[in-house]
Amino acid sequence: MSAAAATIAPRGGLTGRLADGLWRHPRVHLLLLLIPPILWLGVVYLGSLFAMLAQSFFSIDEFTGQIDRTLTLSTYAQLLQLANLDIIARTVLMAAAVTIACALIALPVAYYAAVYARGRTKAAFYFLVMMPLWSAYLVKVYAWKLLLSKEGVVGWVFDAVGLGFVLDAILAIPVIGGPSLSTSYLGTFLVFTYVWLPYMILPVQAALERVPKSLVEAAADLGASPGKTFRSVILPLALPGLAAGSIFTFSLTLGDFIIPQIIGGSTIFIGQAVLIHQGTAGNIPLAAAFTVVPIVVMGLYLWGAKKLGAFDAL
Amino acid sequence: MRSDRRPPFLLSLGAFAGLLFLHVPLGFVILYAFTTEEKTYEFPPPGLTLKWFAVAFERTDIWAAIQLSLQVAAMSTLLALILGTLIAAALANHRFFGRETLSLLVILPIALPGIVTGIALRSAFNIMDVPFSTWTIVLGHATFCIVVVYNNAVARFRRLSGSLVEASMDLGADGFQTFRYVILPNLATALMAGGMLAFALSFDEVIVTTFTAGQQATLPIWMLNELIRPRQRPVTNVVAVFIILVTFLPILAAYYLTRDEEPGRGAGH
Repeated sequence: MSAAAATIAPRGGLTGRLADGLWRHPRVHLLLLLIPPILWLGVVYLGSLFAMLAQSFFSIDEFTGQIDRTLTLSTYAQLLQLANLDIIARTVLMAAAVTIACALIALPVAYYAAVYARGRTKAAFYFLVMMPLWSAYLVKVYAWKLLLSKEGVVGWVFDAVGLGFVLDAILAIPVIGGPSLSTSYLGTFLVFTYVWLPYMILPVQAALERVPKSLVEAAADLGASPGKTFRSVILPLALPGLAAGSIFTFSLTLGDFIIPQIIGGSTIFIGQAVLIHQGTAGNIPLAAAFTVVPIVVMGLYLWGAKKLGAFDAL
Repeated sequence: MRSDRRPPFLLSLGAFAGLLFLHVPLGFVILYAFTTEEKTYEFPPPGLTLKWFAVAFERTDIWAAIQLSLQVAAMSTLLALILGTLIAAALANHRFFGRETLSLLVILPIALPGIVTGIALRSAFNIMDVPFSTWTIVLGHATFCIVVVYNNAVARFRRLSGSLVEASMDLGADGFQTFRYVILPNLATALMAGGMLAFALSFDEVIVTTFTAGQQATLPIWMLNELIRPRQRPVTNVVAVFIILVTFLPILAAYYLTRDEEPGRGAGH
């Protein structure tokens, strides 16, 4: 075969030449692939994010209500007032409580699914966790409105088994209680836990799937009881999964303004504060400064989670 | 990790209680769609009726909201499919400066709380004097839908053997033909799955939409308004059941299309 035959003749037609050109210039090819997404995510999305962050360094004129576009930290000073710190503390505490509750409920589900379920049961477990993860968020919140309202299902169940006084006692607890479950922080906490639980189960299960069976057998051979094996072998290995799941539960709770608005007490969370300041109060700089809080908290959180190896379990 | 032993009783109990906790509440939504009680969430329902389905069917505001939601979800899904596939193709087959940054950027709209994305877009629209419209809603939705398409497509690109592409080129196909006849058919089910999840995600979204919609109401915004200021509770129950059905079918389909791939990849909200 002659050398000339080994080189393919250039293709005719516009698309043919274009295809050849892209093949010869992979850089151009890559650039064409990247331009649309970079315009969208890099320019529009990141641009919006930075524009908003910049607003937090502006301030609002107390008398005219106009935004004063000189750089200042006064909005951040306002953010650190006691009333606002109160909102931040309440939200972070709620996020922490929800994360712990999700971890406690997720562990047995994920452990069972990873270790004991197989074949059809395993597929069913996976599907039964994915289903609620993807089903409509507002419908899930609404379901709890039905369950938790004064005349609703939970109250009825407590009365039916003769434990109505226990529910009343729980609701009488200051701070977490209230007139009914649907107007108490306990209710908010239950709904947050319910809505974010699948985000915890999936990464924990993924982490547990990777634990070699031989490790568990070795622990048993060396005389550890199942409980001891769980505490000393499995739990430490599930930690990256728990950390990964907690990123979701923590971040989602920090930014949510719908659940506490529909089910909860009268005092507000960070998300509601952002909504109020950017909407009715018209204080965009303070609203922007409030959104910095979840970003900073999540930044610190991600940094800590990275140290625990959470990103390997995502 | 697999164990051949029987699970301890407490563990089984915990696992099944956890799954029950995840599924029982939605069952009650379905029950309440049939209640005769109009003013409260009384349990057990005093009687059962089908009339609320007829009442909901007559409501034009619900139909308008459904139409807008379907429109927005379709357009956002289409945009997300294009952008997500482009990013997946670039990240799966090329090494370049900023590659890690780009993969982080794709996840960012979903990693940051929705309220951050929402208010950022809203203030950008204000600064640029963009009036709120269906398109502003689509812009917000497509931004966070890209990641689910990307996740599904990139997993498939990694499994797609390079020799298939080389064989196609050796047999004389140009780049476009290879894409059309070799790469696209291999990607198809992953894109279908990603597209369906993106559709479900958009159809369901409320937080970003609160900030990017003007006077228009998507179905979730309609529902949110009803939750804050209830007008006809049983009608809301019927719409809730409708939403459960509409989101259930694409999720089921997406699950069947990608069940051979490693689990957990489609996740993210």
